[in-house]
Amino acid sequence: MGKVRVIEIHEDVFGDNNKMAEEIRKDLKEKGTFFLNVMSSPGSGKTTALSAVINLIKDKVKVGLMDVDIESSLDADKVSDLTGVPAIQIHNGGLCHIDADMTKRALNEFDAKDLDVLILENIGNLVCPAEFDTGAHKSIMIFSVPEGDDKPLKYPLMFSVCDMVLISKIDTKDFFNFDMDAAVKNIKNLNPNATIIPISAKTGEGMDVFAKWILDNAKAF
Amino acid sequence: MHELGVVFYVIKDVKKVAEENNIKKVESVTVEIGEVSGVVHSMLKDCWDWAKKKEPVTEDTELKIETIEAVTFCEDCEKDYPTVKYGKKCPHCGSEHTFLKTGNEFMIKEIGVKDEDN
Repeated sequence: MGKVRVIEIHEDVFGDNNKMAEEIRKDLKEKGTFFLNVMSSPGSGKTTALSAVINLIKDKVKVGLMDVDIESSLDADKVSDLTGVPAIQIHNGGLCHIDADMTKRALNEFDAKDLDVLILENIGNLVCPAEFDTGAHKSIMIFSVPEGDDKPLKYPLMFSVCDMVLISKIDTKDFFNFDMDAAVKNIKNLNPNATIIPISAKTGEGMDVFAKWILDNAKAF
Repeated sequence: MHELGVVFYVIKDVKKVAEENNIKKVESVTVEIGEVSGVVHSMLKDCWDWAKKKEPVTEDTELKIETIEAVTFCEDCEKDYPTVKYGKKCPHCGSEHTFLKTGNEFMIKEIGVKDEDN
């Protein structure tokens, strides 16, 4: 047996990703594009809510969408059909998340220089996307009523890293015994600074507040 | 759940260090993982054993895992306590104004190299 030499590294595994994410953030800020990362579990109504909000803001700002899924281009096609804004689909090769490198490659294909708002519809998953910085300026999550008011207790990291939580499908609140006060308390315990907006893409409730939040953020650039 | 993605990052970093130091074969890589980082050690090892074969420099590399204890600090009574046992609520004073001091890390600590291999 030969002698083993040790080379010390002491490097954060997420270091490269975080560095690249910072570069993306800076670059898009210089171009005047507000980059928004949208996370949620599968089936929370991301695609529907985003299509509805894009329709409310698309006459005021130039919007683009990047959609991540393991397969198919169903979501990108749907948003594009419903709103008419440019959308591209990213296939992430079966991984559970998207990282800064994947975002960067997608940005190269997307001519983002004229966009005011670029929305990333992240993959439906409440665990892994919370760990990887995509380079977005703000992150939001959509948390739907049928998932239950105790969801923040089960996925604390996701609720801690987002700037805003949209409580979606509130038109179904009575069918699921959803306790709005408990949900808000559970979120605020983890993330006292989070903005919480209850919405329903179906009835339109709260959508104007969501639209205003995006426009205000885009204007700040 | 994101173990495979993380493993690719580790391989990329190890490859870079090996190239800088003119190393052809890495004997072992030691990572330090926080107790509440959400990484499952057994899955990380399985992913490692599958992914390492994709690069000649790591194909025989053993993955060693060291754990960093999760410690939470209470802002109200200014004491530390073990996160895994007590969670968000301080066992000393009952406050929830607490934050994680350590335990969320994922670091590459070091690599081991046999000179006879290189």
